[in-house]
Amino acid sequence: MNLKISALEFVQQVQDGNISAEDFVAKTMEQIHSVDEKLHAFLSVNENAINQARLIDKKIKSGDKVGACFGMPISIKDNMCIKNEKTTCASKMLENFISPYDATVITKLKQQDAIFIGKTNMDEFAMGLSTEFSAFGPSRNPWNPEYVPGGSSGGSAVSVSAFECVASLGSDTGGSVRNPASFCSVVGYKPTYGLISRYGLISYANSIEQIGPITRTVKDVAFMLNIIAGIDPNDNTTIDNKNEDYLSGIDSGIEGKKIGIITDMMTDGVDPSVLSATKDAISKLEGLGAICEEISIEMVKYSVAAYYTITATEAGSNLARYDNLRYGYDFSVEGYEFNSYISKAREKFGPEVTRRMIIGGFVPSAGHAGKYFLKALKVKSKLTKELDEAFKKFDLLVAPTVPILPFKIGEKINDPVSLFLVDINTVTANLTGKPAISIPYSISNGLPIGIQLFADSNQDKLLLQAAYALEQTVKLPEVPL
Amino acid sequence: MTKIGLEIHCQLTHLESKLFCSCKANYREFEINENICPVCMGLPGSLPRLNQEAVKKATVIAMALNCSIPEKIAFFRKNYFYPDLPKNFQITQLNIYGDTSIGGEGFVIVEGKKIRITRIQLEEDPGRLIYEGSSSKNQITLVDYNRAGTPLVEIVTEPDFESPKQVREFLNILSDLLENLGVSDPGLDGAMRADANVSIEGGNKVEVKNIGSFHDLEKAVHFEITRQNSLHSRDISIIQETRHWDDKRKITVSSRSKEEDLDYRYFLEGDIPWISIDNNILEKLKSEMPESINSKKERYISKYNIPEQVADVLSSDKFYSDLFEESHTDSNAKEIANIITTDLMGLIDTREKRDATKMSAVHLRDLADAIISGKISRNSSKNALYEIVKTGNSLPQIISDLDLGNVSDESELTVIIQEIITSEPQVVEQAKSNPQTINYLVGKVMQKTKGKADPKLTLDLLKKLIG
Repeated sequence: MNLKISALEFVQQVQDGNISAEDFVAKTMEQIHSVDEKLHAFLSVNENAINQARLIDKKIKSGDKVGACFGMPISIKDNMCIKNEKTTCASKMLENFISPYDATVITKLKQQDAIFIGKTNMDEFAMGLSTEFSAFGPSRNPWNPEYVPGGSSGGSAVSVSAFECVASLGSDTGGSVRNPASFCSVVGYKPTYGLISRYGLISYANSIEQIGPITRTVKDVAFMLNIIAGIDPNDNTTIDNKNEDYLSGIDSGIEGKKIGIITDMMTDGVDPSVLSATKDAISKLEGLGAICEEISIEMVKYSVAAYYTITATEAGSNLARYDNLRYGYDFSVEGYEFNSYISKAREKFGPEVTRRMIIGGFVPSAGHAGKYFLKALKVKSKLTKELDEAFKKFDLLVAPTVPILPFKIGEKINDPVSLFLVDINTVTANLTGKPAISIPYSISNGLPIGIQLFADSNQDKLLLQAAYALEQTVKLPEVPL
Repeated sequence: MTKIGLEIHCQLTHLESKLFCSCKANYREFEINENICPVCMGLPGSLPRLNQEAVKKATVIAMALNCSIPEKIAFFRKNYFYPDLPKNFQITQLNIYGDTSIGGEGFVIVEGKKIRITRIQLEEDPGRLIYEGSSSKNQITLVDYNRAGTPLVEIVTEPDFESPKQVREFLNILSDLLENLGVSDPGLDGAMRADANVSIEGGNKVEVKNIGSFHDLEKAVHFEITRQNSLHSRDISIIQETRHWDDKRKITVSSRSKEEDLDYRYFLEGDIPWISIDNNILEKLKSEMPESINSKKERYISKYNIPEQVADVLSSDKFYSDLFEESHTDSNAKEIANIITTDLMGLIDTREKRDATKMSAVHLRDLADAIISGKISRNSSKNALYEIVKTGNSLPQIISDLDLGNVSDESELTVIIQEIITSEPQVVEQAKSNPQTINYLVGKVMQKTKGKADPKLTLDLLKKLIG
């Protein structure tokens, strides 16, 4: 049986009776058992998955109504709540947290007969871009296990790339879906802010983050959006997408579309192989009938600083609840006064979370907010204005997803600033709420390179059409597992 | 000059659900930690879901307090650690980045003086701490989260009060107003709480926190002014500090905490989008607002000729004015107002008695009509009312059971009057020339009938029989 199929192909084959969900899930489990000891994509695996698949096969056989996923094995980043399952955020603080409720995306996927094959590794509380900050050890890049898979949704990207599932859900606060998608040569999607409900996604920086699919093909992103996108009464920030069908017309092409090339994301700091891949992609887009032109987005150079200031502020607040009174239960209260107890409890957080919590306590504090937090908000609003202006002129924007190639595990972990700067091309979509996608484009010295496309808010369908068109021009080697 | 400003926390007790989830706003009827869900417990991944009804009710309060309503309102996070706060931040409102609280500047007239309202904000109440253990050594603190996330409206005033008496008068007006609006039941334990800022001439501002009832608020303010004056008279400077109201000892105590130094790191709550309150919504809310206490009072005076003092008492209490509205007709309104304010209010003067009363609006209407038509004397009506409240029996039943009805049978009365005429020949003679004397005879009849003789009929018959 071939595990190397897309989500749409899986659905077709099960519907046609060529494969059963049970066989496919069993084979997927075998794959996990054979590769995951090395790659460490998963923090927990659903041992009941094969039984669940069998039940769906029964439904198919008896002619009952079956959901659109037909028992498709999907992996879920371990910061989304599945009822009665552990949701750890790859943190010691939530090591034993069992959610009593389902995230909205989980409810929707359950209704469509998806099977959650396991929960994937990530940087602790989604803070990081290499998955090295997981409290339970890093994931490894299937293209070269010496290298990081990107992050923070590293486990999700690895699991899709290494055929340990058909599709995955990650979350993207500053590139956490697109960055590992680029590093692992899979498709990663960050939707318009509010398109997918965040209810049940454990918040890191709630004003800018979104859940996003990680898949093998652009069409699979559209398939997933058809299931999980749309308004949710449990998340007041969701938008009504009027039940948009993202698959229909996905092959409409980009003839005549105007595409802006963001020069500020293609500066001297960009790796030459990434730069040449991007230029190649631009000529492909032109070949498809698009009109490409350079555009400068000045605020991009301040975007990373603004991003870290805003996310640290929100993280400082969102993670304040982990005070060991309700989560953790590490030690007795005896001998502590309330504040010292919380200080002690917070030693459970790893180094990156600690760093951002400290920044988050400082940048919005009285006397410093004006210099840091409020200034960061100004950058955010100026950047948004610049992009709004750009989208008056262009239908889409293009840039490399990540300015560099995947790096070696341990190479940058002691240099937080150089790590932060890797986010330069991805944070713009989060700070402005615009949708962005990373598609696999090229391989350089055995390491993947992704190309990123942006669209205006609520133009997710157009963005997927463009990404699909570009994807059709690409033929990449198979991952050397 | 003494300056007092107030921060009043008022629970929106009439709402169905909490501010950000569907748990009950009425948390009082639950076992400990039964009225909770992932949202109000701040579980990882949960998000607030704004209760639109709470926004409406808070807006109605703001309108009733003559506040401006901003076009858009926003929520902020107030970050601090406390065990009763499940998320370790409180979702509240703030005006530092533009006016985005639900109510802007407003005012209330208290004893002819304008008390300015600074702002009104909507926020979530924390859980409740329960202390167990007798000494500080073995004391443990337990948390009940049933209350966590219930909707609270904070009303902040300018330091416009000059005396505890003005404070009390304001609180009376405010609690009547909130009750009349149907947004809160000020009588419920913990529904109204307050902090006060107090300063005297030449002294610093002192904040008094933790005042659990309006009753204690006046006391706390009074204590604090006395304390500050006594320091001042001995040339001891009054330091700016936060003090706590000690409920048991009825004094304020320096909290010695670093509360003043707390930095709440306020920032916008991104999980709740800005809310537009346009004119259409405002107009609709205005049209649905219950009649104000002042308007009721004026109507009672002008339409029914009810004395001002009676109208004042009646209109300011929602329970009694509702009862009045339900029971009165054009002809008996004045009598009903009279029964309520002179007899009923004394009879059911506590919340428990109010809740236990078996009386209905029909009873009240029947009683007033019976007084007007002379079926029962005013005197006997008090006894009848007492029985109604206690038993809920119908008025005719009570009159017959207790023999309270007026003697209005002409032949029966004639017999009694004949006896009086026979026993008082001198007075009868005098009455023939001096009509005033006849009142003495009416009194005699009343004495004989234990006050049950129909006064009008008695007079008519006396005149007729004396000639």
